[in-house]
Amino acid sequence: MNASLTALDGALTVVAAWFAIGLAGIAAPRSFRFVAWFLFPLSAVLALVLTGFALAALPGAPQSAVLPIGLPGLPFHVRLDALSGFFLVVLGLAGAGISVFAAGYFRAGEGTAPGVLCLQYHFFLAGMAMVMLADDAYAFMVCWEMMALASFFLVTTNHRIPEIQRAGFLYLLIAHIGAIGILLCFGVLQANTGDYTFANMRAQHLSAFWASAAFLLALFGFGAKAGILPLHVWLPEAHPAAPSPVSALMSGVMLKTAIYGMLRVCFDLLGTPIWWWGVIALVVGLATAVFGVVFAAAQVDMKRLLAYSSIENIGLVVLAFGLAIVFTAYRMLPLAALAVTAMLYHCANHAIFKSLLFLGTGSVLHATQERNLGKLGGLLRYMPWVAWTALVGVIASAGLPPSNGFVSEWLLLQGFLFTGELPNPYLKMLVPLFAAGMVLVAALAGYVMVKFFGVIFLGRAREEKLAEAHDAGFLERLGLLWLSAGCVLLGVFPVVVMQLIDPVPALLVGRGLVESGRIGDFWLLAPVSPSRASYSPLVILVVALVIVGLVFLLVRRFYHGRLRRAAPWDCGMPLQTARMQDTAEGFGQPIRQIFEPVFRMKRELPTAFDAAPRYKVTVEDPMWRGIYERIAAATDRVSRIVGLLQRGRIAIYLLYSFLTLVALLFLAQA
Amino acid sequence: MNLEGIIAQLAALLVALVLSPLLTGWVNQWRAWLQNRSAPPLTQQFRTLHKLFWKESVMAREASPLYRLAPYVVFSCMLLASMIIPTLSTNLPLAPAADAIALVGLFALARLFISLAAMDVGTAFGTMGARREMLIGFLAEPAFLMVLFTTSLISSSTSLATIVSSIAHRELTILPSLAFAGVAFTMVSLAENARVPVDNPATHLELTMIHEALLLEYSGRHLALMEWAASLKLFAYSCAGLALFFPWGVAEANDHAALLWALPALAGKLAVGGSLLALIETILAKMRIFRVPEFLATAFLLGVLALLVHLLLGA
Repeated sequence: MNASLTALDGALTVVAAWFAIGLAGIAAPRSFRFVAWFLFPLSAVLALVLTGFALAALPGAPQSAVLPIGLPGLPFHVRLDALSGFFLVVLGLAGAGISVFAAGYFRAGEGTAPGVLCLQYHFFLAGMAMVMLADDAYAFMVCWEMMALASFFLVTTNHRIPEIQRAGFLYLLIAHIGAIGILLCFGVLQANTGDYTFANMRAQHLSAFWASAAFLLALFGFGAKAGILPLHVWLPEAHPAAPSPVSALMSGVMLKTAIYGMLRVCFDLLGTPIWWWGVIALVVGLATAVFGVVFAAAQVDMKRLLAYSSIENIGLVVLAFGLAIVFTAYRMLPLAALAVTAMLYHCANHAIFKSLLFLGTGSVLHATQERNLGKLGGLLRYMPWVAWTALVGVIASAGLPPSNGFVSEWLLLQGFLFTGELPNPYLKMLVPLFAAGMVLVAALAGYVMVKFFGVIFLGRAREEKLAEAHDAGFLERLGLLWLSAGCVLLGVFPVVVMQLIDPVPALLVGRGLVESGRIGDFWLLAPVSPSRASYSPLVILVVALVIVGLVFLLVRRFYHGRLRRAAPWDCGMPLQTARMQDTAEGFGQPIRQIFEPVFRMKRELPTAFDAAPRYKVTVEDPMWRGIYERIAAATDRVSRIVGLLQRGRIAIYLLYSFLTLVALLFLAQA
Repeated sequence: MNLEGIIAQLAALLVALVLSPLLTGWVNQWRAWLQNRSAPPLTQQFRTLHKLFWKESVMAREASPLYRLAPYVVFSCMLLASMIIPTLSTNLPLAPAADAIALVGLFALARLFISLAAMDVGTAFGTMGARREMLIGFLAEPAFLMVLFTTSLISSSTSLATIVSSIAHRELTILPSLAFAGVAFTMVSLAENARVPVDNPATHLELTMIHEALLLEYSGRHLALMEWAASLKLFAYSCAGLALFFPWGVAEANDHAALLWALPALAGKLAVGGSLLALIETILAKMRIFRVPEFLATAFLLGVLALLVHLLLGA
């Protein structure tokens, strides 16, 4: 009891310290040295401290407190339970790496002054932590808005560029449309009691209709932040606009706050879910994942590519969410625990590897001033630290063993293999099809990642200036190494991680995986039973490394190790330039051809008589034309009709008042 | 982990290393016979490997350490996969390390490395090969997993050893779901192993090659490792197919007698399978690259159909 209390106190202290660091940045807004060498590393240490406290709180009983801040009569309720603890661990682990990296990164100092940036960055961090700690709707919404506003200012760091202004506006708009959904959801959840604490919402028993309304509102509201279809449009705009550590933080951690919100509302506040909620989540999740990965394959801007890849990963998480709901609704609790574990595991993985990749693109951007994949290439030779750490992230993001990305996909597929036991015959038949879709997404993710890594880091430099690219500095390397170590450790020791996560499914679905049976030994992951399914990344890694080493030695022992360097052969073609390699467009061409109906493409083809032939393809998001432009046009039309009332003459407005008065009197009479 | 398990594991390792080049040689021999050519000897692949290992490795100036590392990683993945698939016995100490899904992951890891290595030198053919290899990969992988899903649902396990023993112990009836899955698996294996009608292992025609384009810049020991890895991949896929659809003859734990005749059984099954592969390659023509998605989409749909047939009819 006492230990948990101190964990909550500790977490709150860290949040307070982050606020303090942010304010300290204001004290010396133009001093790079103070901000970079003192404040940001300090904040990274604090992130680690937060991880420690959150880990301590994971297995313990939930602890709550009331903070004397906020409006009179409306204090902040805070609570640290296993679910908040898990997401705080994710925030701490990813945040530590990102803060260290940011210390080195923000030295360039374009746009916002570093001290102000420091303020916004730390308010963003503190806001996210407070969202996870909040225990009443009022505190939750205040922190949620603080998070949204701080990140808006961070996105528009280079606010003089019109594109970035536009991206920032779009982000702010969708964030607020989402916030309305969340607000309405809380309104439904308090069930006319007027008490907006989560404890009261938990105690309410809503009818199926209102519970479903609350679920749909939550899915919409949190989905806007997470980037589910069709509310994803801000992600590919905001991520390229933001500085890379901010993109990393937004993609790695902020999207997870939305997942946290979905889990909190659906499993904690609403109680037992209804099965068709799960079907909705499955459909939305799969559509988001497929859409994200297909568009990622077609991108030519490296940060947009990663943004679409984040949409894909969120889709996979929502898919796991849907599976968990279906299993919970049918009271198949051990399987629900498996799905929740897969979902949380994927959240943690995505936080780590996507932060790593975004930070890698940040280093590339710094060194080359180039975001366009078509103008990069061969950077492995000039930036080995960034490239090799990015390779770890790429393997994780492609979901390959023995990295962390594979573990969560494996767990999710195991969950899907049990859907044959569902009592509902239609679900039993349909749900495995989602597994088929998920496998397609996972395989396409590999394609995207080969494109990402191959075009940026391999081959020959497509521009001459790339030869001057410098590797990342010391602090940046530290951040990259921290996150790639995370990818490896989360991948190689899945059982340890799952044991740590286990209190969360125990809290959410009422039963943990460990409780339902052994999940395997330290080295062997076997969530149901070893004869049913098992996976041991540690053994795979060790045996593969032993084989590599033995083969290397044996070849040298029995043959030789002679090597000669020459020009590349390339079937004997004499003229070879770096421009003959595949560009990003070229590499994505098969995807564009196969998934042509999904895209809105404009193609400009040269004719045989062009003196300066140009080939140009623009790939656009069909959601813009299909949904957003229509909404905008409809809004325009409605406002024009409303505008007809406004004639600008005082006599007419007096007439309106008079008519209203008469109408009201008439109503009162009747 | 007992002594018998360790012996079985070592035997599996040796069998994979020795039988895989022989299988490639056998397929080449049959293809030559069917096409009315005089065939190379069965051991031709060993001679080629020996020659390549002796040769000096010539490498492009631009090649990075990743390029030198890739052949070792690819070979290691393929060898590990061959050691995990129950070829002679289901009692393998390494088998719990990877189930059927992780096996697909291992193949995908090898594919990632081979594609990245092909992009590393920065030639037009290398990147083209990488793009096509990844294209085939993302089309074939879902189909392969659908096949594995079906067999896993039938034996309610994704562990290959359990699948083998449960399918081997059932009555000898042709399950419709397994029949669909078998056809899908054959199509996937043809694509994954760069065989006709998807790719032609015997050609270096610039615009049609896929697998050969990936290896274009490799020479000497690196090429030898890549070639051996390709043989191992064919061996692993063949053995996986045999394990899923014709598991009879694979020894189980504590069955010492079975272990003795497991090797002839495996060799016999591979010999039949290899000659059938040569027959397929002889009677089919290679398709255009953009027909491949249709081919593999068919495989995927057959896999899904197998799954649905199993779930609906329980057969």
